[in-house]
Amino acid sequence: MELGPIWRALMRNKASYVLIALQIAVTMAIMVNAVGIIQERSQQMARPSGVDEENIFYLSSNIFDPDADFEAQIEADLDAIRSFPGVHNAVMSNTVPLQGGGWSEGITLEPDPDLDSTGVAIYFSDEHGIDTFGVNLIAGRNFSANEVNWHDYESDAWPPIAIVTRAMAEELFPDLSVDQTLGKTVYIHDTKPVTIIGITERMQAAWNSWSGVERSMLVPVKRGGAYARYVIRAEPGYRDEIMPQIEEMLASMTDNRIIRGMETMQQTRQESYLLDSSMVKLLLFIVTVLTAITGLGIAGLASFSVARRTKQIGTRRALGATRPAILRHFMLENFVITSVGVAGGAILAVAINMWMVNAFGLQRMAWYLVPVAMAALWLVGQVAVYGPARRATMVSPALATRSV
Amino acid sequence: MFRYYLKLGLFSIRKNPVLSSLMVAAIAVGIGAFMTIINIDYVMSGNPIPHRSDVLYHVQVDSWSPNDAYEDPDLPPEQVTYLDGVALWSAGEARRQVLSYKTTRVVQPQAQGERPFSVQSRSTTADFFAMFDTPFLFGGGWDKAADDGEEYVVVINKEINERVFGGDNPVGESLVMNGKGYRVTGVMDTWEPMPKFYDINNGPFEAVEEVFFPFSVSIANELSSSGNTSCWKAAEGGWDGRLASECIWLQLWVELHGESERQDYLAFLDAYAESQKALGRFPRPLNNRLNNVMEWMDDREVVAKDVNVLLGIAFMFLIVCLLNTIGLLLAKVARRAGDISLRRALGASRRAVFSQYIVEAGIIGLCGGLLGVGMTWLGLQGIKGLYGDLDFIARLVTMDWPIIFAAIVLAIGAALAAALYPTWRACGVHPASQLKAL
Repeated sequence: MELGPIWRALMRNKASYVLIALQIAVTMAIMVNAVGIIQERSQQMARPSGVDEENIFYLSSNIFDPDADFEAQIEADLDAIRSFPGVHNAVMSNTVPLQGGGWSEGITLEPDPDLDSTGVAIYFSDEHGIDTFGVNLIAGRNFSANEVNWHDYESDAWPPIAIVTRAMAEELFPDLSVDQTLGKTVYIHDTKPVTIIGITERMQAAWNSWSGVERSMLVPVKRGGAYARYVIRAEPGYRDEIMPQIEEMLASMTDNRIIRGMETMQQTRQESYLLDSSMVKLLLFIVTVLTAITGLGIAGLASFSVARRTKQIGTRRALGATRPAILRHFMLENFVITSVGVAGGAILAVAINMWMVNAFGLQRMAWYLVPVAMAALWLVGQVAVYGPARRATMVSPALATRSV
Repeated sequence: MFRYYLKLGLFSIRKNPVLSSLMVAAIAVGIGAFMTIINIDYVMSGNPIPHRSDVLYHVQVDSWSPNDAYEDPDLPPEQVTYLDGVALWSAGEARRQVLSYKTTRVVQPQAQGERPFSVQSRSTTADFFAMFDTPFLFGGGWDKAADDGEEYVVVINKEINERVFGGDNPVGESLVMNGKGYRVTGVMDTWEPMPKFYDINNGPFEAVEEVFFPFSVSIANELSSSGNTSCWKAAEGGWDGRLASECIWLQLWVELHGESERQDYLAFLDAYAESQKALGRFPRPLNNRLNNVMEWMDDREVVAKDVNVLLGIAFMFLIVCLLNTIGLLLAKVARRAGDISLRRALGASRRAVFSQYIVEAGIIGLCGGLLGVGMTWLGLQGIKGLYGDLDFIARLVTMDWPIIFAAIVLAIGAALAAALYPTWRACGVHPASQLKAL
């Protein structure tokens, strides 16, 4: 191989090669860390919410006449919505997954408020909740109509039964199977007993960045008054058509309220992850532009060095070097520079990642990103240097015989 | 001489149009990316109320659970309970004090055919307007007597005034909300503190509420908060249970001038906490805090974590762009060693060579800087497009003169810094050393 002469040639003009190697190193550090963040965010965004996202939408009814009969109005609204053509089912609840606002409680295994509790997101629901959200009941049973009661605002009572997610069941009883967890009694709101009658496969909480996002609980309580939120699941394909119709119907049922906050579950997901998805796009953009700049920098430097060494190339050609040999010289030279760069880049990337994990609580990046980025930069370098190297091969051997 | 160097510089740039534009573009992109993020950071970490930020203090008293701190490491709750808020507010120990929370109301315009609509409102006390120096278009706030007398008075913003009263002076007229009439005392002019310092925990970049009315009225009407409520101990049922609970949902601010008043008020808070301990509340050790506006912004880390990450990445990006420029300039100098040694042989001093190359780099820096300002603007538009659904982002992506100026200065400075080493190398070329034939 010709590594010896290449290395000695490089040493004759160290500074600009050191700089390009440095540039490659910093580029790689940014690339690896940015892709690490992109991976982390993408994984978060890919988590399913557990509900029928395509067909669910929701809205709020806000009755502003303080003397209205809220409960009667809500019952009438729900009856009207459920019998509306194109509606699969509907329920009054406090929130939907990923919505951002919700209610949480601590659950303990004993009726003792001093014990450490497990946080859980509460969904108020009735017997239609499971079907409306489209969650999958993997054990136990649904609420029956006679178990659902209106919330009494003057008391702090809680219903004696609940349906929890599998993640919640496993958090409370890590050693028991799902079926063994059924029928267990836990305590909510300090001391109120609750028996688990059903377990759902998955239903996320309203807060996507909460560590307990997979822990939620449906309770058989109708909790609404002047303000009520209806969650509606349309028959597949009917959602967009019936949204304005339902809004219009509800608005026309009584003139002492406004309907607001109508939104689809898909919009909610988008809004919930807007910061993450935008961060992903921003970082992708940065990595792309950065790689392009570094590639152009390599190409620019190579073309300078080809121009500067025209005479030497001519001499080599005159002494019998073939065109492929010249091409190989520049390609190999770039490979050497890039190798030095990516070696430094690997160290820098890991150092920066360790610092970011400390400073910002980010996840550690996957180890394989380092070799992948190395390979990518080797490739970028080779592609960038190919043009100038080709030009070098065009230098005529006769050039060596001319003087300045 | 400068003009001559300028001419030489421009000539040299024209001789290598592709590489020169690559250098300009690299500086522009680096500056653009960095300044875009700097700009967002600058707006996020700005002082929302510069002339009063030193006299406004956010009050925290530690009423939290005996088992755990509200937040690690041992921080007191960021809001106060009804019990503590009202007690501290009524004590009136500071020059001014304001107790408030966010709630949602429905405005019912009385004109024919106008439909009711919901508004974000703030239930607050009389000092709010004077303490935070809110601008008024018509009238003003209400006085303490209105707080004490549970008077139905209201301050509305410009948009609500347009919508309900057609933009005329509505002072003295009645605004109907949820079936009750409120007498308008004033119309607030545009007021957009960034961040919205007085209620950080319900979104530091949210819009200011549209309607303000007395705290005493909202309590009498049992209006719950539409902001965050947290409890460490279960509340009893009903409204009275809520008021007597250990749930935090109110924001308390006081006005204090100077360190001695701050110390006095802290002593007062500690004495209050001791009195509550005697009643069996406040199970944690004394941990009361007074933070002025900027201290409070820092404490709450208003600047989003992602912005800090992006800031670091954008800075490294700029470094890459500069390394790129240095490398290219060096290569250029190496290639022109012949020119330089000829000039030196003909009598040009090192200083002359230095000037020539530094002027050339300056031109590239200036072009990069100007283009960089354009890139910054594009970057901000891009961010706006990306986060378009969040209206607070639109308020973050404004660009002002200091930022534009800083971008240009940074670009030229960066280009000159990048040019220093290559230029120094150019000066080192020996006269005539490169003239002999190979």
